[in-house]
Amino acid sequence: MKKYFLQFIVLTVLLSTGLSALAQLKIEVTGVGSDQIPISVAGFADDLPGDQAISAIVRADLARSGMFRLIESNEIIPDNAPLDAAAWKARGADAVVTGSVIKGADGRIEIRYRLRDVTKVSDISQLEIKTQGQFSRTAAHRVADDAFNALTGIRGVFATRIAYVAKAGSEYRLEVTDSDGENQFVAFRSSEPIISPAWSPDGKKLAYVSFDNKKPIVYVQELDTGRRIPVANYKGNNSAPAWSPDGKKLAIALSHEAQTHIHLINADKSDRKQLTKTNGIDTEPCFSPDGQTIYFTSDRGNSPQIYRMSVEGTDVRRVTFRSDYSISPSVSADGRMLAYISGRGKNYQLQLHDLTTGAEKPLSTASHDESPSFAPNSRYIVYSSGKGVLTVVSTDGNTRYNLTTKTSNIREPAWGPFTK
Amino acid sequence: MRLTKLTAALAALMLLLLSACSTVKLDEAPPIESRKPGSSSTTDTSQSNTASVPSSSTDTSSSKTDANANANATANDPLNDPSSILAKRSIYFDVDSYAIKDEFNAVIDAHGKYLASRPDRKVLIQGNTDERGGSEYNLALGQKRADAVRRALALKGVPDSQMEAVSFGKEKPKALGSGEEAWKENRRADIAY
Repeated sequence: MKKYFLQFIVLTVLLSTGLSALAQLKIEVTGVGSDQIPISVAGFADDLPGDQAISAIVRADLARSGMFRLIESNEIIPDNAPLDAAAWKARGADAVVTGSVIKGADGRIEIRYRLRDVTKVSDISQLEIKTQGQFSRTAAHRVADDAFNALTGIRGVFATRIAYVAKAGSEYRLEVTDSDGENQFVAFRSSEPIISPAWSPDGKKLAYVSFDNKKPIVYVQELDTGRRIPVANYKGNNSAPAWSPDGKKLAIALSHEAQTHIHLINADKSDRKQLTKTNGIDTEPCFSPDGQTIYFTSDRGNSPQIYRMSVEGTDVRRVTFRSDYSISPSVSADGRMLAYISGRGKNYQLQLHDLTTGAEKPLSTASHDESPSFAPNSRYIVYSSGKGVLTVVSTDGNTRYNLTTKTSNIREPAWGPFTK
Repeated sequence: MRLTKLTAALAALMLLLLSACSTVKLDEAPPIESRKPGSSSTTDTSQSNTASVPSSSTDTSSSKTDANANANATANDPLNDPSSILAKRSIYFDVDSYAIKDEFNAVIDAHGKYLASRPDRKVLIQGNTDERGGSEYNLALGQKRADAVRRALALKGVPDSQMEAVSFGKEKPKALGSGEEAWKENRRADIAY
């Protein structure tokens, strides 16, 4: 707790973006700077030009994580070159990322990276990635993931994707972007609202709610083919899809013309089972990582609160008690934390709840937070922070930045799973 | 496709002109029937391959058919009379309330009687909320408003097969902006024929 009262260190990283406009990423790191691991990312030999440079992408990823203090370096250090460890140590770095890019005649590239330890002769980690040229950014994120994991012991989430809903003029778009806001594409567009995107556990499909047939209907869309099917189009409302961890079932909210309740359907829509039958609203289901528990929002006790129940709909327990408006549960992949939105007076704020101890802490001081979604490493949460802006915050509250994408008015984020 | 859209647009324009002399706000003008609520069965077969076909195209073509059908029945259908109480199709609610206020009894009564006498007519009852709070919870709250209207119409003798209660939550605000004036306008259920 002491950390919160320590000084603010605001680190501003300017990413020059080649031909496109200069993007400015402001990363706010709260806490003592000594918590950050001092590292440097040297230039890679024969690196790609402009904003495609592998070393620049790795540097930006590691800076954005808030876990590192980046020591400036202007030199290029190939993967096979010796490192002047003493000089780097004198500059304060604990580790140095070095590497080379080898371009093949067939459009393929090979990235050879080594993470050097300045106190030892040995490497901390190294990796060789061969890929088609168009996937070079993903390869760079994998290098950053490897360095992040090697230095912190935590799996990196740079090579993951985030889905969200953009509003551009009168058009709604379901968009998918890399974790750094680049490489975005439109998965679905409509003149009617889209809400509640949810990633299938394999990262190949998105479930979401579209209003394009005059009412909320739940669709599942394959990202590779664009093929989509309505998986829940019952009379009344169909909404709030959540995948079971094995990807075989979806928990959804159906109104069936009366109150909204949670149902379980097969992802091929072959079966349906009603899980809740109260007099109130039951919605926003969210599976625990073991698939045995469903967290959800219910106003059965008058005010909306987070509850939990077994996947059979039994053993219902109330989870949140600290405000009179608690909605939108998101459970971390390690099953230990629950992020949700807590309404206090006129403010709706991101709140973190420890599922083991019941301890809570606010992760925001804003007033219009919505739709929290955990990163698959359980260390970051993306949420809508109002006014069409998505914000990422670390679960320790020490790092916060806005996700910068080419589309400006965005909401309803969903952080995708790890991919191979 | 383009011709279809044009026809539908013209039909919509004519309806707008018809209702322009009433006291009802223009954006409350009855939209032409664009969807048959009863058609959304649990089997989904009719919609299973919509991936590359924007559903608006199917909506538009059905609008055209309905518009033509409406045109024939326009003369003596009170639904098309802008001075009829049936032209009022919005029920407003208080904050955190899902109870229909007395002032809307006459509107409910008129639509109930009309629907009970016209088994061929179907309505979509669309609930809405103000912008405060989360999308999904507001969707469920809007549903409570739509459902309140559905139950009130059922008491007037309208069978369930003629009605479908749905919600737009806070996603389709009629009044944009923040503040009580806009919120008041958006705490609403619309009866859409």
